[in-house]
Amino acid sequence: MFQIVKKRILNPSVTWMEVTAPHIARKVRAGQFIIFRVDEHGERVPLTVADSNPDAGTITLIFQIVGCSTMKLNALQEGDSILDLVGPLGLPTELPEAAKKICVIGGGVGCAIAYPQAKMFHKAGLDVDVIAGFRSKEIVILEEEFKQNCSELILCTDNGSYGRKGFVTNALQDRIDAGISYDTVIAIGPILMMKSVCELTKKYQIPTIVSLDPIMVDGTGMCGGCRVTVGGKIRYACVEGPDFDGHQVDFDELIRRNGVFREREKECRMMQLADNKS
Amino acid sequence: MPNMSKYKTPVPEQNPEVRARNFEEVTLGYTEELALAEAARCLNCPSKPCVSGCPVGVRIPEFIKKITEQDYAGAYEIIHSTNALPAVCGRVCPQERQCESRCVRAKNGEAVGIGRLERFIADLHQDKDQHDAIIKKTDSNHHKIAVVGGGPAGLTCAGDLAKLGYEVTIFEAFHVAGGVLMYGIPEFRLPKAIVQQEIENLKSLGVTILTNMVVGKVFSIDELIEQGFEAVFIGSGAGLPRFMGIEGEALVGVCSANEYLTRINLMKGYREDYDTPVLQSKSVAVVGGGNVAMDGARSALRMGAEHVYIIYRRSELEMPARKEEIHHAKEEGVEFLTLQNPVKILGDENGRVSGIVCQKMELGEPDASGRRSPVPIENSEYELPVDTVIMAIGTSPNPLIRTTTQGLEANQRGCLLVNESMMTTKQGVYAGGDAVTGAATVILAMGAGKSAAKSIHEYIQKKGK
Repeated sequence: MFQIVKKRILNPSVTWMEVTAPHIARKVRAGQFIIFRVDEHGERVPLTVADSNPDAGTITLIFQIVGCSTMKLNALQEGDSILDLVGPLGLPTELPEAAKKICVIGGGVGCAIAYPQAKMFHKAGLDVDVIAGFRSKEIVILEEEFKQNCSELILCTDNGSYGRKGFVTNALQDRIDAGISYDTVIAIGPILMMKSVCELTKKYQIPTIVSLDPIMVDGTGMCGGCRVTVGGKIRYACVEGPDFDGHQVDFDELIRRNGVFREREKECRMMQLADNKS
Repeated sequence: MPNMSKYKTPVPEQNPEVRARNFEEVTLGYTEELALAEAARCLNCPSKPCVSGCPVGVRIPEFIKKITEQDYAGAYEIIHSTNALPAVCGRVCPQERQCESRCVRAKNGEAVGIGRLERFIADLHQDKDQHDAIIKKTDSNHHKIAVVGGGPAGLTCAGDLAKLGYEVTIFEAFHVAGGVLMYGIPEFRLPKAIVQQEIENLKSLGVTILTNMVVGKVFSIDELIEQGFEAVFIGSGAGLPRFMGIEGEALVGVCSANEYLTRINLMKGYREDYDTPVLQSKSVAVVGGGNVAMDGARSALRMGAEHVYIIYRRSELEMPARKEEIHHAKEEGVEFLTLQNPVKILGDENGRVSGIVCQKMELGEPDASGRRSPVPIENSEYELPVDTVIMAIGTSPNPLIRTTTQGLEANQRGCLLVNESMMTTKQGVYAGGDAVTGAATVILAMGAGKSAAKSIHEYIQKKGK
């Protein structure tokens, strides 16, 4: 059992949790993920680890409440325990070779994954700019954390209610137009956002790494559910990823594959809502 | 007086039409009366050919004799002394190719139903108190051994070492131990409660099981050794599913048998009270001819599919599945399309599977496996409308441990290299089961776990001197 030490509501649909998991805390690196199962009847769901504290034996999870399992997880309070937590899984993010100036782009809850990467690069002495995009001011997360771990933070909102108005791609275009040259771009967020960023960076031939979040069951290469096409080849995101060369990823296929259980997920969500009310 | 009937005493089974729509166990097992009738068919021959056909060396005629004497506890003790998972083996061993293939009664009629009798005895002792009354815990010898993987190989190795007094800890990657017995083999063939009871029995022998531990990630093999484990057994299985590499495999509705079965078995996706989603299919093509393919096909029927096809490139004669599984699948309505090979999977405008294109085959010369190899017939392609394709064409060993452990060598297929005493290329690190052989059977993995336990015991004794 893995106890929730602290819980914070970052915005109405994003929750922050610090969970006791000493073995994982000791080993986990930026970019790696865990798989949780809330209770006996729950699914196994992957979540990227946002932070870790090996001394306290805790890891930080930041998640968006999107489906049945994240609703169940969010229903737990400080002092409650998650039944199963396994990790660290996947390969850690690597420092891009010879990169000096990089841009980390996070979209929405993807910022939770972008944050540990920005922190790692910043600590390694790289010049890190962060572009963090959200729909609106109310859902902005991790602003302070990013500020402390980058050279410059560009916040943007789709509706202009906070920071720069527009999408992260608009902000990146500004930077490129202003003559700033990045050795590498790292984009983490909704698949469509990563796809747009990659289309832009391809034009300027800036190497771009994305972190993928396909459906998976075991997280150790056994089910093959997480297979994604990268550079025309089948790759398993759980053991060969989750980071891949964004210019090689077949994003449209990933969008389709991630929708396989959409109907069932809707039903589950309704049932969970009904449960929570009763 | 021996029972000289040429045929095995039939075992009660669920009616095929009914069972094809439920997940209850297909074979109901012998009653005492039936078991006594079948046990009387054993001639108790002095040469015991059956024993030599058993990978874990169960003393078959001896336990059957105990049944005829109605000394069931005695029979259990004999079986358990060499087989830590009798309730499992009685259900899933390919007996027709092992013990029963060597039975003298098979020369003129059917072999003695050894598997059915083993199951009868094991089921009588499923109750923990009954088990503990017969099988006693051995005093600790204070040597610590780590077992990586809680599947058939690891469980057997752990059980045998615990019986010798070792303090064994199993590191299991999933949230529950059992390996393929939990995620792969379906409930209707091997009830999960029975697997868990066998595991509970191992715990009463003193085996510790740590779940949610992916060795290679959370601990390396070297870290286990640093923690004081004097030897390590790797039984991490062959978990990586193969795909065919044909067009359309990334379509929505194509999955590995591993994924399909794991969702249904381990994650209990067939039950309304579990959250796990499973593909809802009307028409399913399962590619492959092994036990896993049969399990996938029969599960698809139970999940409500109207048509389920087995597509296999050779003829039924070459199918690696157990005879009983093929027979059961047919009875339940699975349609067999043999001598056919998929060449392409078709999708609709939403990227979902709409059909599969198969090519007809004919048998040519025997290949390296000794089976006649399939040769495509030109211009024989046709389209089969399906909405789901399950790939059950085999698995390869998981590279997680191999790639994170220095000094551990593997062959080109990723199988760990071991010497005749099951030691890998790394001192004190042993391996067995599918991680060494590639995908095989539960009982062969158990046999390997058993040999490794013996070697580990010898290694520790030698080290102590």
